[in-house]
Amino acid sequence: MSALQAHLPALQVIVPMLTAPLVILVKERRLCWAATLLASFCSLAIAISLCIDVLNGDSIRYLMGSWPAPWGIELRVDTFSALLLLIVNGSSSLALIGATASLDRDIESSRQPLFYAAWLLALAGLNGILVTADAFNIFVFMEISALASYVLISAGPNRRALPAVFKYLIMGTIGATFYLIGVGLIYLMTGTLNIADMALRIQDVADQKAILVAAGFITIGLALKAAVFPMHIWLPNAYTYAPNMVTVFLAACATKVSLYILLRIDFFVFQPNLSGHDFQFSYFLLPMSLLAILIASTVAMFEPNLKRLLAWSSVAQIGYITLGASLVSVAGLTASLLHMFNHALAKGALFLVIACLGISLSHLRIDNIAGIAKQMPWTMAAFVLAGLSLIGVPGTAGFISKWYLITATLEAGSWGPALVAIIIISSLMAVVYIWRIVEIAYFQPADEQAVVSEAPFFLLLSTWIAVALNFYFGLSAALPVELADSAARLLMGQMR
Amino acid sequence: MALLELYHYWVFVVLLMIGFYAVIAKLNLIKKLIGLSLFQAAVFLLYITMNKVEGGTAPIFTDGAVDQLYSNPLPQVLILTAIVVGISTLALGLGIVVRIKEEYDTIEEHEIQEIDRQ
Amino acid sequence: MTVVFSFFLLTMLIVTAIAIVRIRDLFAAVMLSGIFSLLLAANFFLLDAADVALTEAAVGAGISTVLFLSALAMTTDKEKAAPSNRIIALIVVTAMTLALIYSTFDNPAFGDPDAPIHQHVAPWYLETTREAIDIPNVVTAVLGSFRGYDTLGEVFVVFTAGIGVLFILGAPSGKPRQTTDLHSEGLRHYLVPRVVGRMLTPFILLFALYVQFHGDYGPGGGFQAGAIFAAAIILYALLEGEKSALEAIPRSWLIAMTAGGALLYSAVGVAGMLLGGNFLDYSVLADNPVAGQHIGILLIEAGVGITVTGVLLSIFHAFAARDKF
Repeated sequence: MSALQAHLPALQVIVPMLTAPLVILVKERRLCWAATLLASFCSLAIAISLCIDVLNGDSIRYLMGSWPAPWGIELRVDTFSALLLLIVNGSSSLALIGATASLDRDIESSRQPLFYAAWLLALAGLNGILVTADAFNIFVFMEISALASYVLISAGPNRRALPAVFKYLIMGTIGATFYLIGVGLIYLMTGTLNIADMALRIQDVADQKAILVAAGFITIGLALKAAVFPMHIWLPNAYTYAPNMVTVFLAACATKVSLYILLRIDFFVFQPNLSGHDFQFSYFLLPMSLLAILIASTVAMFEPNLKRLLAWSSVAQIGYITLGASLVSVAGLTASLLHMFNHALAKGALFLVIACLGISLSHLRIDNIAGIAKQMPWTMAAFVLAGLSLIGVPGTAGFISKWYLITATLEAGSWGPALVAIIIISSLMAVVYIWRIVEIAYFQPADEQAVVSEAPFFLLLSTWIAVALNFYFGLSAALPVELADSAARLLMGQMR
Repeated sequence: MALLELYHYWVFVVLLMIGFYAVIAKLNLIKKLIGLSLFQAAVFLLYITMNKVEGGTAPIFTDGAVDQLYSNPLPQVLILTAIVVGISTLALGLGIVVRIKEEYDTIEEHEIQEIDRQ
Repeated sequence: MTVVFSFFLLTMLIVTAIAIVRIRDLFAAVMLSGIFSLLLAANFFLLDAADVALTEAAVGAGISTVLFLSALAMTTDKEKAAPSNRIIALIVVTAMTLALIYSTFDNPAFGDPDAPIHQHVAPWYLETTREAIDIPNVVTAVLGSFRGYDTLGEVFVVFTAGIGVLFILGAPSGKPRQTTDLHSEGLRHYLVPRVVGRMLTPFILLFALYVQFHGDYGPGGGFQAGAIFAAAIILYALLEGEKSALEAIPRSWLIAMTAGGALLYSAVGVAGMLLGGNFLDYSVLADNPVAGQHIGILLIEAGVGITVTGVLLSIFHAFAARDKF
């Protein structure tokens, strides 16, 4: 058993990645689904096991090919990566439980094996980014997950998915290439690709201007992939026209993994070695975060398409995450990381509700769901509860991270109260856009002709598991708080 | 010599920006993809320029060569990978363009937006 | 002399790039980008990167040109004159160019043997390759063993692109298309290309195998070999018709190759794990660690070659089949 234990960081990537070629050889769509579900749950079990290990001790290291770092590629799992591993593998597994009914609607059965293979590759790519300690290796796995996500989104039933995914492909490639240029410039100055080794050796680089150029490329490139305002323009359409289950998976984790890389490289390599970088970081990120929160919430209030409404809300929520990070303090980072976890829970549950609605409705516009709560009581009840978590009502997971965020901003100095006001205003805006949907679904007369029935059992099951998790982690938040706090200390501990 | 080295770097910057210009200013989707390939090719040039050691040779051992200076093998390995990533992205992008042409009967961005607005 | 040549090649790169962007005929733009790739490959060769030069020539001038042409055949080869925000884009791009050029004046000199980039990690690769792997081509050693995990990732990037194109182009088409005879019939009616092509194809296949197995000693390896092998089959398909090419290597084989190569590579990694090493540790594959490294690199290069051939041919056939709807 202990032999297996040592290989866990590698297995985290290998299990989903190796299942992908097997799936396309199988060809039977239910068998493919079962294999994908199994691989995803194995991967989740590995993530949980790694999480327990890192909470009990130091970070876990693994040398690929047994070559010593920095020459070979090193894997390293610490509390920061463990937190993200939980989010990624959890949302993939949860989405897959109920995926069949929704996917059968969107994709012909002959193409489903390829679809599941792409799902597994997206999962493997995201896991690969999270476990590696090598800057170039991040690029390789970023491209695996990116290419696989393009495939997943292109499966959307509406033809508008195609221009949306093309835009995503162009912007994603530009972002990844910018990242590659930045890594190349650091490599030029330090001669290494291992992130920890970079942090050590960059101290000897006299030329701050060159580091600054590298930091600029990496930050802009990753901000583009993470949909940080105003580089979010690919996100609303890509999320709106993707198949519903893909939106559940990607909305919960894809942009957060890009933010993970951004924070990891910035705090490990640039913050300690670039004088005044904390100010540059704050002044770059803070205004963008505030604009994202206010503008995206406003757009969401007036958006008639349900999926796009939630996608705009995601842009706003990414704003909360970057707002916490831009404070450059332990409290701020804890809030930011905690919000990654809690937002994944809330938004995952909401998009699962959308998937439930999508089984009987072909148009997911707000006027199509009038009175639908009578026909789909379980679905809409889940929407109300998950909506409460998104708004941040006490007792839900969303409340925990908003509370931490408000505490952190109050510590931030004279700006604090203004920032708190913005957080509260935007929470009220969230009440508005969630309430609009609730009101129409519950209090408007239903269209009598429409034949609408409750969603299939497995889809409702995964929706309600997600809702239950929102309340579980709202009432006993010890695990995510401990992980987020430890990760925040790890990041701040790099600064001198 | 220094001038040649700087020239390599400037060519990288200029190529990068020519590619970037094509991606943002051109409306034809295939032209955008051609621009994207140029954009990526510029980065290949940046890395390969780094690998050169003055007086060195390709990092392949030859019999009887003593005290031979070799160029850096690592950037070459990285760019081999990056070239593969580039062609993979291109293949996927072209697949999407072909589907767009089938669905919209055009591959000009503004015309697609026009159709979607209706 | 070399210096003058370098200046010339680099300047030609810029000239070609500007021409590619300006020209409205997409067919010409694709041809020019083939030339661009060849010029780039020549530059790489001057910069001591023989492996990369071979790959750029095979991929940039060969495979991507074929892909672009297949896509053009199904779309259009004329770019429309259209209103666009050219002036703003031009200003943004010029400003960024100047900023980047300004910021490089005090970069560490390229080519200086004492620069950190050549002092830190690189010498270890050169030394350890001699001792622990014992093959002449250090690039292959780093690619296959020291950073074999990156290469595994690279194989899966190719794999993702392969299944992605099959998925996207496997979608039911909106409207029926006209049959074009070019792909089904090939160039059978044209005598000269057919005779020359027939003579060339076996030699290209042979060269691909040479590149595959000679990668330890000279420039080459699985990826380049796969690209060249696929190019030979594509040439055959263009001359004899796509149908004949599919008879030679049927679709089901291509899928099996796509998955099989990736599985072979991963299996070598897992074997290292089962025999007591870490993932992708080839030293445990044989009693003698050096022999183990040789076996490992041979097998994974074969895996790379098989997947790349499978994927590139699948993509080509997917584009060609789409044309016949």
